[in-house]
Amino acid sequence: MEPNRRTLFKMIGAAGAAVAARSASAHETPAPPPDAAGLLYDATRCIGCKACMVACKEVNNLASDPVSRGGLYDDPVTLSAYAKTVVKAYWKEGANAYVKSQCMHCIDPACVNACMMGALQKRAHGAVTWDGSRCIGCRYCAVVCPFDVPKFEWASAFPKVVKCEMCAPLVAKGELPACARVCPRQATVYGKYTDLLKDAHNRLKTEPDRYFPKVYGEHDGGGTQVLYLSKADVSFQDLGLPALGDDPVPQTQQQVQEGIYRGFIAPISLYAGMSVVLWRRRTQKKEENA
Amino acid sequence: MTEFEAGKNGRKTTGRRAGVERRDFLKIVTMAAASLGLPAAEAASIAKGVAKGLKPSVIWLHFQECTGCTESLLRVSHPGVAELILDLVSLDYHETLFAAAGYQAEDALHSAMSQNPGKYICVVEGSIPVNENGIYCKVAGRTALDIMKEVGSNAGAIIAIGSCASWGGVQSSGPNPTGAKGVPEILKMQGISKPVVTLPGCPANAYNFLGVALQYVTLGKLPSLDALGRPMFAYGRLVHSVCPRRAHFNEGRFAQKFGDEGHRSGYCLYKLGCKGPVTHANCSVQHFDDVVGAWPIGIGHPCVGCTEKSQAFTVPMFTTADIPNPQPSWLFPPVNPNRAPMSPMSTGVGGLVGGALLGAGLMVSKKITSAAKEEKKEEGEHGA
Repeated sequence: MEPNRRTLFKMIGAAGAAVAARSASAHETPAPPPDAAGLLYDATRCIGCKACMVACKEVNNLASDPVSRGGLYDDPVTLSAYAKTVVKAYWKEGANAYVKSQCMHCIDPACVNACMMGALQKRAHGAVTWDGSRCIGCRYCAVVCPFDVPKFEWASAFPKVVKCEMCAPLVAKGELPACARVCPRQATVYGKYTDLLKDAHNRLKTEPDRYFPKVYGEHDGGGTQVLYLSKADVSFQDLGLPALGDDPVPQTQQQVQEGIYRGFIAPISLYAGMSVVLWRRRTQKKEENA
Repeated sequence: MTEFEAGKNGRKTTGRRAGVERRDFLKIVTMAAASLGLPAAEAASIAKGVAKGLKPSVIWLHFQECTGCTESLLRVSHPGVAELILDLVSLDYHETLFAAAGYQAEDALHSAMSQNPGKYICVVEGSIPVNENGIYCKVAGRTALDIMKEVGSNAGAIIAIGSCASWGGVQSSGPNPTGAKGVPEILKMQGISKPVVTLPGCPANAYNFLGVALQYVTLGKLPSLDALGRPMFAYGRLVHSVCPRRAHFNEGRFAQKFGDEGHRSGYCLYKLGCKGPVTHANCSVQHFDDVVGAWPIGIGHPCVGCTEKSQAFTVPMFTTADIPNPQPSWLFPPVNPNRAPMSPMSTGVGGLVGGALLGAGLMVSKKITSAAKEEKKEEGEHGA
């Protein structure tokens, strides 16, 4: 079930806040790798042509989505093992907008932190990529991702985790990621992370009436290498991007984990409690048998 | 056929002299009705009106323009321009089509105005300069401003044909040294409140003009107009909405440059600068001058947005169009699927049901264990 991720996440968040609120400042704000590349998506420029979706399927050899609506052929409604990027629509009187979803390539990714085998890692240019030889299929990455990105091939006998890898094989050959290459309006552009951030702020400065005054991903969730700009009267939450706060997502995870084991109090009390229960049962049995 | 012979100014409106049979005439009128988007039955009322000699008197003024709109009009064939000016309208003044010249032409203008005050259709082609009191455009020693004031204030209706007359056209884009303006603006300046229909386009589609003019004379009213004075029947939809290449847009197939594989395969021209998504016009369904495919996108050129003041002559021809408020198809997945959020009531009910089940389970398990214990006890007693 899809919504589990969010609820679980909330629970973890609440527990983490209660247990280890004190160490909030302990985690350092992560910096992107020096060679970091990224995507800048400008919702005011997107025309909803889905060229990126088509190109993404082509270069990644993604099969057609067997689950679609209205009998349409290959019409993904959300990210799945068959679609690494999906263009969705937001309807609002006088301010309709499109939004492209794909992996955000977080600077401090929750999936990388959650992956016990190191299958998911930030590799060249800071792209979060998946190494099938290390994956054990636990799908913790899918549960922990605040953007609901990594997807599992449920229908396959040898399933993979499918997610946008910023076209790492193409980039290694010196080519552009497919979505940025085909976009007819440069709504999605690929480039050096620092340049994109500068460009985004430039756009906000030159056309303040056009944009929502924020670059999503600059700080959100500790920063993401995919940056978003939205229309003046459309918030990022309208576009389906969660309000994460500025702390990196793994920070919360770490706080929970470290909090539980702090001073070894929780394990000791747990084992003490269990011992008490066992001891009582034994004494009861002895009495019965006696 | 006598009813067809009664013409104005002793001129025969139709009949053998003009080479038009009744059958042909009705055909022409039917086509005219069709171009208006009227049902075939309305063709009869148009025919009746025209036959009664109610041909609208048309005074056609030329100001700052290239005569492209007239040239476009000359090339229509359904009906042809000969039928148009001889049978359907009484074109009393038109500088390009006039045989007369000089004083004779000026006399024609004044007699047309005095014979049909408040009834004639004033068609304006071209923008009107206002800088230096309008000295940049003069006809017969008078400025365009003066002529517009005189002819416009006595007209029944005014049709601004072409982008120049509609808002100023190419002359009005920066730096606009002559101060070129469109007819609606000029009339507002001069305090003339007459119904104005604007038919922007570079050139305007002649059928849209014909439709408006004939509707005015036969039904006595102008078609419904949008906020910019453009008839809804022609400018009510975006070129993009009814574009034959739309499927390519929806699938993200774009011609990348002129002459490439995609361009030759008829892919969408958006990336080459097509302004179709922001341009209201009917060119995609009503091609120019009856030549199939005779419209920009039909010949492989992006729409230049000639009917839109915000696009034509301001946004460079090959710059991609900005779409301020796109209209996503309902097939698009919504950002947030319409899952009904859990109401407090349903949460409460769910909690109660869950709790009851849990309690029941606990009780059942207790009963089972106590029953088992008792059995054991009994077994023990028997065994003892």
